[in-house]
Amino acid sequence: MAVDIKKYSVTRNACKLCTPLGAALAFSGIENSVPLLHGSQGCSTYIRRYMISHFKEPVDIASTNFSEETAIFGGGLNLKRALDNIITQYKPGMIGVATTCLSETIGDDVPMILRDYKAGKKLEDLPAIVHVSTPSYRGTHADGFHNAVRAIVDTLLPVSEDSRYTGEDTTGSSKLVNIFPEMVSPEDMRYMKEIISSFGLKGIMLPDYSERLEGALWFEFKRIQEGGTKLSDIRKMPSASGSLEFGRILAKGESAGRVLKERFNVPLYNLGLPIGVNETDRFISALNEITGVETPDAIKKERDRLIDSYVDGHKYVSQARAIVYGEEDLVAGIVSFLTEIGIKPVLCASGAKSGLLESVLKDINPDFDKSNALIMSGADFVEIEEIAGRLKPDIIIGHSKGYSVARKLNIPIVRVGFPIHDRFGGSRILHLGYRGAQQLFDRIVNTIMENRQEASDVGWSYI
Amino acid sequence: MPDPVKEYMDVLDPEEFKKEVLSKYPTKVARKRAKQILINRPEGEPVQEIGANVRTIPGIITQRGCTYAGCKGVVLGPTRDIVNITHGPIGCGFYSWLTRRNQTDPSTTEDGHNFMNYCFSTDMQDENIVFGGEKKLRQAIQEAYDIFHPKAIAVFSTCPVGLIGDDVHAVTREMKEKLGINIFGFSCEGYKGVSQSAGHHIANNGIFTHVIGTDDTVKKGKYKVNLLGEYNIGGDAFEIERLFEKSGITMVSTFSGNSSIDFFANAHTADLNMIMCHRSINYVAEMMEKKYGIPWIKVNFIGAKSTAKSLRKIAQYYEDEELIARVEEVIAEEMPEVERVLEQIRPRTQGKVAMLFVGGSRAHHYQELFKEMGMIPIAAGYEFAHRDDYEGRKVLPDIKVDADSRNIEELEVHPDPVKYNPRKSPEEMEGLKKKGFEFKDYEGMMAEMPGGTLIIDDISQYETEKLIEKYKPAIFCAGIKEKFAIQKKGIPMKQLHSYDSGGPYAGFKGAINFYHEIDRMVNSKVWSYIKPPWKKNPELSARYAFVA
Ligand code: SF4
Ligand code: SF4
Repeated sequence: MAVDIKKYSVTRNACKLCTPLGAALAFSGIENSVPLLHGSQGCSTYIRRYMISHFKEPVDIASTNFSEETAIFGGGLNLKRALDNIITQYKPGMIGVATTCLSETIGDDVPMILRDYKAGKKLEDLPAIVHVSTPSYRGTHADGFHNAVRAIVDTLLPVSEDSRYTGEDTTGSSKLVNIFPEMVSPEDMRYMKEIISSFGLKGIMLPDYSERLEGALWFEFKRIQEGGTKLSDIRKMPSASGSLEFGRILAKGESAGRVLKERFNVPLYNLGLPIGVNETDRFISALNEITGVETPDAIKKERDRLIDSYVDGHKYVSQARAIVYGEEDLVAGIVSFLTEIGIKPVLCASGAKSGLLESVLKDINPDFDKSNALIMSGADFVEIEEIAGRLKPDIIIGHSKGYSVARKLNIPIVRVGFPIHDRFGGSRILHLGYRGAQQLFDRIVNTIMENRQEASDVGWSYI
Repeated sequence: MPDPVKEYMDVLDPEEFKKEVLSKYPTKVARKRAKQILINRPEGEPVQEIGANVRTIPGIITQRGCTYAGCKGVVLGPTRDIVNITHGPIGCGFYSWLTRRNQTDPSTTEDGHNFMNYCFSTDMQDENIVFGGEKKLRQAIQEAYDIFHPKAIAVFSTCPVGLIGDDVHAVTREMKEKLGINIFGFSCEGYKGVSQSAGHHIANNGIFTHVIGTDDTVKKGKYKVNLLGEYNIGGDAFEIERLFEKSGITMVSTFSGNSSIDFFANAHTADLNMIMCHRSINYVAEMMEKKYGIPWIKVNFIGAKSTAKSLRKIAQYYEDEELIARVEEVIAEEMPEVERVLEQIRPRTQGKVAMLFVGGSRAHHYQELFKEMGMIPIAAGYEFAHRDDYEGRKVLPDIKVDADSRNIEELEVHPDPVKYNPRKSPEEMEGLKKKGFEFKDYEGMMAEMPGGTLIIDDISQYETEKLIEKYKPAIFCAGIKEKFAIQKKGIPMKQLHSYDSGGPYAGFKGAINFYHEIDRMVNSKVWSYIKPPWKKNPELSARYAFVA
């Protein structure tokens, strides 16, 4: 159901971040890569600052550092100087160039500048350079992320020439599978890889910042943190037995998985983010289909334990009313999970406005209409607060920016997604798979319980 | 007496460090950085010239932010009752939304307005970039007015705005007329300066032009002062206010911690301006002196001794026995607790080495606290300061004006025909100066640091790494962007922008908080787990400062 609320032209307390942030995050998931934002330095600094406060890890994002002159005469020279300096300083395998509002507004022709740059150099001295156009006046950080992932595949895997692209599996014993995990946590990424290898598959995850954005202490100086998808692995993607791409909204548009399908005929499995039992079942079934192998016992048991806990815990949460906000695909995943444990999403909000959220929620749950849940696209937190005040939900589920709403209305909040900068361990939150559902379920049940316990006049110490 | 700094630095030759770092840069970059990395002159000699406030080289990862960040985020962000509208795409506004830990207490203004939790943005879309965003801005101002009926609305331009030709000043003028409240705009597009510093200047000009002097109400109080360049991170301003109140000093306004636009409006009724952060706010003090005749002095409330010194300086300015006596009483009341805590802590902190790379004044001010703990600041530098913050204001006439600085308007200021009122006659000023009292003077960081220490401007991530590797400080102070890279190396790291959600650290109580915090950090046990039992690597102890 669409929301009836006065619409403002000003955005108050946005529920979205800017496009190059998503691109920088995606680029950070490639081994030995340096993200470079083409614009003035403030954007890089702000975006680094934001990512660092969530991941609590070093994040390096370079800038082409526009001055007023650059803004007037164009950024070609700055871009070339920045590439030179990054190459000498970092010796990267890849540089991911994302534009900002500034370079987009002045209309810098980045592909041309890059062609020109490469023309003056020996190709073997250069890292791979991937460019993505990410003006923030178009889309949100989620779009920046997806577009960057697609640009990586698109640039590194051109259509023609190479005989390696047979569509056949050429890696010997284990089958290859591509996985595009969406903007999930490092912990989610690690778990997805674990599942894939438990099926005897070799998974190529793009991007993979599970180590780089959650690593160990350093025993020596590191120009670029370890980890990330290897470029050599990306080059193998065309020969995979299938691509698993998470995100039902993403599936409706251009995507990396689609590029691989159209160019190299790699079968594409469009899946929702595997949050909760239903969406995870679909994910596991896809793996069954690709491998012809039965689900490993350990995973089956995880599912069994999860269902057992649903049975034990459902009465504490059933009929509870929730507000969910965040990236559209995350909202879709969380709503799918909530519905199965009997929580009623009363408001599903996102700062993005693909126009697809409602239909996707209906795809996931045909009864969605009957729930009378409100759906809000292009939402900001003042609007969310206003509606939350009317709806009086029992729980709020989303990232840190919803905290002020939760505080004002005195509703407990369970933090998921990105950014989480008022808590510790945002990178270690597990959302995906049966194990992720288990953790979400426990956290949600306990939060609701804690709230009731605190509100109780007599107090109680057993459940 | 043996000089601990000299001993330390002699072993770890700073010249050698400099050479090593520069050798990794391409020639052009090395030449530029060579001017920004100095080994402080031997004590007694005049300080050298440092390269500062120059553009960061494209592709080098810097701590610095943009002009918009300095204007909206730093200077005007902490004022609670101006509705700040970011005119631009969503990111710039989002990233500056409550990211600094400015605190405020709205109970001291009648209307209780506090909009600091709100982040307004025109959230420009494609069509605004193509057809211009003035219409949307006008709507946004109207909406902000309708929702809150604030006393004032300020508009901050981000990078695309200047390029598509939106005239924010025309829009704000028009809306000011229409709505009858104070509305003003800032052309603080991010690319305008080399760092946030340009934004400070633009903000200073704006407040001076549009706000200061618009309300002539004179507050009660014998000793009326403004505190400039104090942003109430972690409640610092509350502690300073407590001390002023105790001393009988009336704070007319703070720029801009715990502030209201009402306080700015009659700031010109104060009799003394005190500057904490020289970099971000000296322009307002200079302009107020010219226009209203209010002298300014440099103070520092970071460090117990500096706090005492600054309080005495205020009393001395007024040349008033009663105030002088009262200030002494306050100091005598506050100091014993400071001494008691220091006595406990000093055995655990004495002789340990600190590094500070942050901001435009904090890297200097916080050295006081470390010195009180017996710790040694051996390397320091600013993120966005200018030469005068390093070398002292005496170099001001020699600073070259480059294209970037020319971008920022220098307001022409003259004595106000009605409101100009020199608080001290030239003779009185002279008299005070003879007694060693310094007006409008800032000596800069280098003058106060021992010889042989390292001074590095706009330090890069790479230089930070090298510094840590070589000198293994007991603690490193910077901001959140540097925090985790430093901790990765097993070095405790204290954030001096947001205080890692601690504070206050100003004044006497703040000093005590800081001593405890640093003690906890440099003596923490976590570092002892770095070496796993299966690692029999003898090199480990050489690489990590804390593996014994
Ligand atoms: S200008 Fe654009 S890219 Fe830069 S911070 Fe603002 S919204 Fe993001
Ligand atoms: S677009 Fe400009 S104003 Fe906005 S963050 Fe980037 S540099 Fe700063």
